[in-house]
Amino acid sequence: MLRFLVRRTLGAVVILLFISAFTFFLFFAIPHDPALLSCGKNCTPDNLKIIHHNLGLDHPVPVQYYHYMVRIFTGHRFTAGNCPAPCFGYSFANSEPVWPTLMDRLPTTLSLAVGGMAVFLLIGLGTGMIAAWKRGTMIDKIFSSASLVLSSLQIYFVGPIVLALLVYNNHILDQPKYVPFTDNPVAWFNGLLIPWCVLSIIFTANYTRMARSTMIEQLQEEHVRTAAAKGMSSRYVFFRYAWRGSLIPIVTILGIDLGSLLGGAMITEWTFQLAGLGRLALDSVTKTDLPMLMGVMLFSAALIVLFNIIVDAAYAFIDPRVRLS
Amino acid sequence: MSNDISLSKAPAEAAAGEPAGETLLEVSGLTKYFPVMGGFPIKRQVGSVQAVDGIDLAVHAGESFGLVGESGCGKSTTGRLITRLLEPTSGSISYRGQDISHANRKQLAPVRSEIQMIFQDPYSSLNPRQTVGTIIGGPMEINGINPPGGRDKRVRELLETVGLNPEHFNRFPHEFSGGQRQRIGVARALALEPKLIVADEPVSALDVSIQAQVVNLLQKVQRELGIAFLFIAHDLAIVRHFSERVAVMYLGKIVEVGDRDSIYQRPRHPYTHALLSAVPEVELEGEERERERIRLAGDVPSPINPPSGCRFRTRCWKAQDKCAAEEPPLIQLGGSEDGHLTACHFPEEPTIAARGEDIVMDPALAALEDIADRPV
Amino acid sequence: MTTMTKPEEDAVPAAPEAFLSVRDLYVRFSTEDGIVKAVDGLSFDLERGKTLGIVGESGSGKSVTNLTVLGLHNPRTTEVAGEIVLDGQELTGASNRTLERLRGDKMAMIFQDSLTALSPYYTVGRQIAEPYVKHRGVSKREGRARAIEMLEKVGIPQPKLRVDDYPHQFSGGMRQRAMIAMALVCNPDLLIADEPTTALDVTVQAQILDLLKDLQQEFGSAIILITHDLGVVSNVADDLLVMYAGKAVERGSVRELIHEPQHPYTWGLLGSMPRLMSDVTEPLTPIPGAPPSLLSPPPGCAFHPRCGFTDLVGGGRCSAERPVLPDGRGSACHLTDEQKRSVFIETIQPRLG
Repeated sequence: MLRFLVRRTLGAVVILLFISAFTFFLFFAIPHDPALLSCGKNCTPDNLKIIHHNLGLDHPVPVQYYHYMVRIFTGHRFTAGNCPAPCFGYSFANSEPVWPTLMDRLPTTLSLAVGGMAVFLLIGLGTGMIAAWKRGTMIDKIFSSASLVLSSLQIYFVGPIVLALLVYNNHILDQPKYVPFTDNPVAWFNGLLIPWCVLSIIFTANYTRMARSTMIEQLQEEHVRTAAAKGMSSRYVFFRYAWRGSLIPIVTILGIDLGSLLGGAMITEWTFQLAGLGRLALDSVTKTDLPMLMGVMLFSAALIVLFNIIVDAAYAFIDPRVRLS
Repeated sequence: MSNDISLSKAPAEAAAGEPAGETLLEVSGLTKYFPVMGGFPIKRQVGSVQAVDGIDLAVHAGESFGLVGESGCGKSTTGRLITRLLEPTSGSISYRGQDISHANRKQLAPVRSEIQMIFQDPYSSLNPRQTVGTIIGGPMEINGINPPGGRDKRVRELLETVGLNPEHFNRFPHEFSGGQRQRIGVARALALEPKLIVADEPVSALDVSIQAQVVNLLQKVQRELGIAFLFIAHDLAIVRHFSERVAVMYLGKIVEVGDRDSIYQRPRHPYTHALLSAVPEVELEGEERERERIRLAGDVPSPINPPSGCRFRTRCWKAQDKCAAEEPPLIQLGGSEDGHLTACHFPEEPTIAARGEDIVMDPALAALEDIADRPV
Repeated sequence: MTTMTKPEEDAVPAAPEAFLSVRDLYVRFSTEDGIVKAVDGLSFDLERGKTLGIVGESGSGKSVTNLTVLGLHNPRTTEVAGEIVLDGQELTGASNRTLERLRGDKMAMIFQDSLTALSPYYTVGRQIAEPYVKHRGVSKREGRARAIEMLEKVGIPQPKLRVDDYPHQFSGGMRQRAMIAMALVCNPDLLIADEPTTALDVTVQAQILDLLKDLQQEFGSAIILITHDLGVVSNVADDLLVMYAGKAVERGSVRELIHEPQHPYTWGLLGSMPRLMSDVTEPLTPIPGAPPSLLSPPPGCAFHPRCGFTDLVGGGRCSAERPVLPDGRGSACHLTDEQKRSVFIETIQPRLG
């Protein structure tokens, strides 16, 4: 297990290096001078040159990249102030340090993504299993066709409709907002309920269908039949034998879906005007704010890689064949 | 263009004690190791599956040679090495005097048409999107062979040879039953008029009544067209029925080789004895006779870490220290017939009649049969 | 065609010692292509402690029959008619709860492929103990002790350690032993073994078959051994039932069936398999053609399209009239007993050499 974790962590570092370099050089491929933003209206070539120097833009791009990467680990003393490791620099746009900004925005996105995941796993897997248990019946047909319809609804389409129906017109629910969990758990929950549901609609529908089909597949497995031949009750066979086997494809898909979940969370933030990493990323793109953009990119990539390692480790807990090989 | 193949034909050297007929295929020291990857932190080769470990054999023109053994003994790998679907790790394969052990695609092309293969699974070994005509005619097209009367006529003839309706030329494999598909596989192998066919478990996926049809077909092909066969199977009775000479493999080695009757009636290697005694045999009226009863313990060990010395020693009731220290050579033993070679330090008597006492190595059987006092 | 109505008020079968009695069993599946007549009017009896071998090729209905005995067929797509009486208890109409109580306790099953038939997710010990814990109501600790005892009995070395292994850590032969241990853990009266050795090497097959025979002595279970291999059953079984296209075509003791087979299909099976003692110069005598589709089996005798002796019967009887398999020794064939004997002795036996 330890070997596995070390090997995967080394792999993750390589992936993150690749992503950082790719983003960095992509940024400079855009024909746009970020210094113009700080320069203001009366921008003289001299001022621009000073700003270039202050922002470190007067070095060649690979050197800038090198500085950037080194400073993450060592920290750096800028003219504007001290930036301890992990130092992602200062925003070009408003001179805020990147790392504290990220930390400030993270809880919103994390609450959204993790809560949304909890919603779609609970509802999706639950309905999928009920459909498999009752396969061929009316319940199965209703769940299956509902999931087919729901899986085509996009966040930016459903979001405003839900807002209009439940919040503005009928005042059933509060306007979505982010209240830190530590401040007020009830308000945290109420404020995020709509975003969670909207974010998880497509996922729920997909997981219903997937849970149903993998469960039905597992029920055809020979070892499941053996369990029935031993006289184990159908409930026991279903939940102990078939369910265990269906976890593997589900966890695999979950690992693949994490990226789109984070993406979905960002779109949801934008839809509901929540101040999370997604909003931050969009703003930094429009302002060509390289340090902030790099920060968000690297940070979310690291999150996804981390979750994937957790998912892979989960295989070992589900399947002893993985654990022992 | 004709089917001529320019090969440096080595003069047929019929070694003493070997049946007449040109030596078609000669294999010596043939070895195939498959790497096992693992290690930390970077994966590398940490061991190898010793699938085939230094085997020698020769197949003569027109002969049917059987290769028999249990799973993991390397018989299928041997077949794939000889048809050069795999590249050997070491050792040599020569076909009519030409060394093809490491020949490249181009050098192999003329040989490939003379050595054909029939596979076990009649379902996955035929392309489902090709018609029977294309499947059988394909090899002729690739090799640029234009038989008199055209390829289609030849394909129809082949279909007739293997007992299929020539009208079925344009049908697809899924329209045929398992036995018929295996016949298509045989027709495909025959298309290039091969000199040697390697048949890897050609009937083991088929039902009993269909097996016999295909065995008879292969036998007809072998005799009437004079094609040599390397017949690979785990079923001892089918190998005996089909092959004039037989080699018994165990964990990548040939442990015994010789003429059919010699191997089946007068085996010398304990493993051959155990195999023959394990075959569940239907005994017809008047055939009941006492056979020796040998029950080994456990399964075949892993070919990743095969036992030292004689590989069978871990399951052998005769094993002594010498067996672990020294690998027995495959040699002619005193009392064996010519050409009957055995790799054993302590060979058995050349008979399969019942012995004084059963040999039961399996602890559970020994306990249940209350013969636990026997050495285990 | 046999009628599908049950005999009235005659539930107790004639033979008093018949412990398992199957009468006029019909099993039909609905598929997209139509109705598959998997088992078509099958009757047989099995006595306590005896072994019945059921021989047939793929699609003969031999496996379906036994899944139906255990009630493991899919009730949504399968239609079952007829009687299955186990020790006086009717199984065909029994509730799921009743069947669950019997399965694994009174009747158990061994499957062909131990790699797929054992769950990869639970230890061998747990899988063996489960039915014991359920049916005997004992604690998990006692179940584990029983699993160790059973593993030892079937010859797994170091059972105290191996009980915590997962199936993939066992070799093929050891897994099949573990499956036997699992089937025998509650000391079942009926053990159904479906091709228990087909996936195994020949030396391991011999060990497992002997083990089954020896354990039967100790446990006194009746065994149904399903196989395609006449050699396997002829060494293990007391009685044989030959199945073709969902019907039993011949039954008798092993000796009767091997020494004096009566049905042309049985002749065909014998002629199809080379034996270690047969004459190698004699070609095999295969059955022509292929087994029929169970969607539309041939009328009359299902074997008639592949049979070489329909002329002896004459009058188109073979394709019109379904032959009946008598109780006890006999075969479902329109040939007269005299014809069966003379054809076998004059034509078939010399070829088997």
